[in-house]
Amino acid sequence: MFNTQNALETIRMIDQQHLDVRTVTMGISLRGCADSDPKKSCRKIYDTITRRAESLVKTVEQIEAEFGIPIVNKRISVTPMALVAEASETEDYVPFARAMDEAAKACGVNFIGGFSALVQKGFTEGDRRLIAALPEALAETDIVCASVNVASTRAGINMDAVKLMGETVRAVAERSQDKPCSGCAKFVVFANAVEDNPFMAGAFHGVGEPDCAINVGVSGPGVVHHALQQVRGEPFDVVAETIKKTAFRITRMGQLVAQEAARRLNVPFGIVDLSLAPTPAVGDSVARILEEMGLEVCGTHGTTAALALLNDAVKKGGVMASSQVGGLSGAFIPVSEDEGMIAAAAQGALQIDKLEAMTCVCSVGLDMIAIPGDTPAETISAIIADEAAIGVVNNKTTACRLIPAIGKSVGERVEFGGLLGEAPVMAVHSGKSDAFIRRGGRIPAPLQSLKN
Amino acid sequence: MKALVTVIGRDKVGIIAGVCARLAESNINILDITQTVLQGYFTMMMIVDLSAATLPFDEIRGSLDAYGETLGVSIRIQRTDTFDAMHQI
Repeated sequence: MFNTQNALETIRMIDQQHLDVRTVTMGISLRGCADSDPKKSCRKIYDTITRRAESLVKTVEQIEAEFGIPIVNKRISVTPMALVAEASETEDYVPFARAMDEAAKACGVNFIGGFSALVQKGFTEGDRRLIAALPEALAETDIVCASVNVASTRAGINMDAVKLMGETVRAVAERSQDKPCSGCAKFVVFANAVEDNPFMAGAFHGVGEPDCAINVGVSGPGVVHHALQQVRGEPFDVVAETIKKTAFRITRMGQLVAQEAARRLNVPFGIVDLSLAPTPAVGDSVARILEEMGLEVCGTHGTTAALALLNDAVKKGGVMASSQVGGLSGAFIPVSEDEGMIAAAAQGALQIDKLEAMTCVCSVGLDMIAIPGDTPAETISAIIADEAAIGVVNNKTTACRLIPAIGKSVGERVEFGGLLGEAPVMAVHSGKSDAFIRRGGRIPAPLQSLKN
Repeated sequence: MKALVTVIGRDKVGIIAGVCARLAESNINILDITQTVLQGYFTMMMIVDLSAATLPFDEIRGSLDAYGETLGVSIRIQRTDTFDAMHQI
């Protein structure tokens, strides 16, 4: 029996509450593209990507039209490029990023991720070359995203890599400063990176994945916010229950899209990422959900508890709605991409220390945070080390996407435009961490029992 | 394939007749209709069967959309799978 009230509710969610599927991401293995000749390897990379993803955009747009569900992004993730490029006799890995960029543009997707290296325990020569190529690669390409995994719960934290990442983030910012440091918006440093993440900038197609897979990231902060407005003043049991029910519906829609895309493209369905991904649009903010729970402003005392509840309820609601759950799964708190976070940061209510605490209980980490342009590389490394420690000890994924705003200081703004939004420059601590970062070596893997 | 046609906008004479005629032209069978007018706002929902339709989905969607513009109402068509997935376990 068709219920017209339900249909109207769904239509309102789409029209007024920004309900959408955030991304359909095709993961493509490039393991067969290694070649001692870098030119041949780049050719194979281009051919493999364009062959596999030839009809991705067209098919997803068709699904969007038939089911009446906005699907905001179509993306590609590939095998971490350091693994593919290492076989080639070349020091320069920038052409591999160019091959990715050209292939992705030929397919018409929004982003391609996987210019990546996994160095949680140590570097290979290929990893070092890829990291050295990052500033140039990110400045020269438009839609290539890069990531480096520097830590894991099993391996501990590679502090040599953390040191190098601080320097690299600065170099990327300086190299792309004319396009307001946009290189940094396409570069993530991870701890416990996941292999099936459909979200950018951190997506790559892990080595345990099949030749090709369809991974879908859902969204819908506006829908959750609207649902919570109906239960204002009720106890938290009701809040949690309301979020669970809403997340269930959002995720079912994602599951439907994922299955349909996988079937039509004849590619295995990978996972649905149960996420609340905000955009800079009014009414599509995670911060406003936290404020709806009773906080005057996001970032004040109580924010971490509110986010913990939200994150947990989103997962509980979503898990039953999808046959395969994976990716990052949880609420995202990218500062520049969330209207409420931008507002809270601009009035000084939301600071980097509180954001760090929030990353203990949410999906990822310090995401899209602009810091003063003169922040030393060692301080950036130390911020990354703190974030990695949270991930490693708590057995979760954490990440840093920091943007040193070259030439700007606290209180000024960096505007990226589009889904990336704008970020008020946030203060970092002025005490130096140089001697700490200079030590290098590895922070050992943590004990997984005797937890306190 | 079943789809939901939603027509929302200011009420005027001939909306149902016009939409039904467009659907009939493409051999689309109407299975169910509900319609109300609230404070001059016209809301109609139709469940239709597209299995014998003579046009592909894209063209049906395009033609309804264009027709809606001439009437000054919004007409959308989408597969019912979306609603089933979201509201039924």
